[in-house]
Amino acid sequence: MAERFTKSMARNIYLGGSTFFILLFLVLTFDTQYRAMPERDNRDQLTEEVVRGKHVWENNNCVGCHSIMGEGAYFAPELANVFDRRGGGNSDVFKAYMNAWMNSMPTNVPGRRQMPDFKLTDQQIEDLSAFLEWTSKVDDNDWPPNIEG
Amino acid sequence: MKYESQRVAMPYFIFALVLFAGQIIFGLVLGMQYVVGDFLFPEIPFNVARMVHTNLLIVWLLFGFMGATYYLVPEEAQTELYSPLLAWILFWVFAVAGTLTILGYLFVDYATLADVTMNKLLPTMGREFLEQPTITKIGIALVVVGFLFNIMMTALKGRKTVVNIVLITGLIGLAALWMFSFYNPSNLTTDKYFWWFVVHLWVEGVWELIMGAILAYVLIKITGVDREVIEKWLYVIIAMALITGIIGTGHHFFWIGPPEYWLWLGSVFSALEPLPFFMMVLFAFTMINRRKRNHPNKVATLWAMGTAVMAFLGAGVWGFLHTLAPVNYYTHGTQLTAAHGHMSFYGAYVMIVLTIISYAMPIMRGRPYGNSNTAQVVEMWGFWLMTISMVFITLFLTGAGILQIWLQRIPESGEALSFMATQDNISLFYWARMIAGCFFMAGLVVYFGSFFIKGQAAPADEVRGPAPTDA
Repeated sequence: MAERFTKSMARNIYLGGSTFFILLFLVLTFDTQYRAMPERDNRDQLTEEVVRGKHVWENNNCVGCHSIMGEGAYFAPELANVFDRRGGGNSDVFKAYMNAWMNSMPTNVPGRRQMPDFKLTDQQIEDLSAFLEWTSKVDDNDWPPNIEG
Repeated sequence: MKYESQRVAMPYFIFALVLFAGQIIFGLVLGMQYVVGDFLFPEIPFNVARMVHTNLLIVWLLFGFMGATYYLVPEEAQTELYSPLLAWILFWVFAVAGTLTILGYLFVDYATLADVTMNKLLPTMGREFLEQPTITKIGIALVVVGFLFNIMMTALKGRKTVVNIVLITGLIGLAALWMFSFYNPSNLTTDKYFWWFVVHLWVEGVWELIMGAILAYVLIKITGVDREVIEKWLYVIIAMALITGIIGTGHHFFWIGPPEYWLWLGSVFSALEPLPFFMMVLFAFTMINRRKRNHPNKVATLWAMGTAVMAFLGAGVWGFLHTLAPVNYYTHGTQLTAAHGHMSFYGAYVMIVLTIISYAMPIMRGRPYGNSNTAQVVEMWGFWLMTISMVFITLFLTGAGILQIWLQRIPESGEALSFMATQDNISLFYWARMIAGCFFMAGLVVYFGSFFIKGQAAPADEVRGPAPTDA
């Protein structure tokens, strides 16, 4: 680098640049969380059931195999839209599907990927279903591109 | 080694490498499960193996960063470490807590682990990479705070160099952002948004400061180039990293709920994120070209160049491949993401830790100019085997990802293949990745072997030109 470009100039770019962008990031975070998100994440539907369902999701480390909104592991199907894929957008159909599914795991088909039996209670399955239904209704800029996730 | 207390870095490095081996073993388990679905089921389900694989990575890199810091901060500050005893105590606390957590993953059912560690009181578990029980998270926070105290007391009583200031800034950022791991709101979108404050702002933010500082330190040592020049480069690199990387967080906000302006902000700024990594390549090669000495530890020089190049490829190029929103719409959460994750972590953070180990371990073992020629050659074999294997792992996962996108993402609903049907179609790539993974393991064994080769340590070099001031 040319001698005219001194170390203190470099330091000032670092300090000024990072301070500016940290502040900008905070402003954008504020705008995202307080102005934009309430209209996008259907938080008025965030019932007790959904909250409990999120804990079921977490306590069984579902994200260790599945992805949700594209984040997580890529070993098993995306679940942010499983409500639409397997429940056809109908709560009762989806809950019935979830009950049947959770109670038939693992399949024990030789050589196939296996989902453990998490021994969830009927209530837990119901909560988990509510959580996945709620998640499917977040405005996520129309992701994923199709129903397969 | 100028200060006796630098030696406390040694247990940190050794333990880091032991965990590294564990990480790779579980990587192989995962690779097998991708091709033989019920491999080790139900003893080690995929989610458990993955948690062990990723958590071991994070913990061993933290051990590596801490070792690097204990080694270089006293030398930069020109003073003994404030408290070697505290460093030893924290080593054992972290090592025991880390080991117990991993054993907990392996031998206790996760829901039970959440239960017995009283996750209910402050639920933080069950989120990707942040699977640790809350009590472990608190432990990590305490260890890091104790470590920072020790390091800052050391730095404050001695010479304040740019390397030390940048390194410590990065470590403070690491500790501060870790606090977001305790924030787990019941609204999934808010949870995800702030989850990235740990994950993205670590690896595409403050960790780049840590990496830059360690690289700068090693380059000062092995090239003898004037500190003023190296420090100027370091400032430019970290300026680039933060200017692009902070708003670049937006590339994670595309599809998890935040508003549409992030599609633009995330795309534009993260498209610039390769810049700091490109600068690091220029930095390493320019400094080595202008070297004032031929340091006899040639393999450390190789690692320093390697980490810059591989970080640029993995984080820079493979990151850019799928960072623009219209592309990411199709690639998000596919094997392409996994490809990028593997090469960027290896190139940037695994290799920078191995760089400082390659430089510092021989010195701590009484070989101030590096290991014997044979040991260095064997270590170079380890370098090339691991690095080339990682290139192939990345290429095969990229192939798997592209095919996955083609079959599962691009067609309309009704015509697209299901997730599981797609997985069957791309299994050839998973087999190939598995083979590359075995070669990586072989490279790791060779690398470990290099530590046990004896022989005449490398002789001192003749310093070219005016003697460097403090190399």
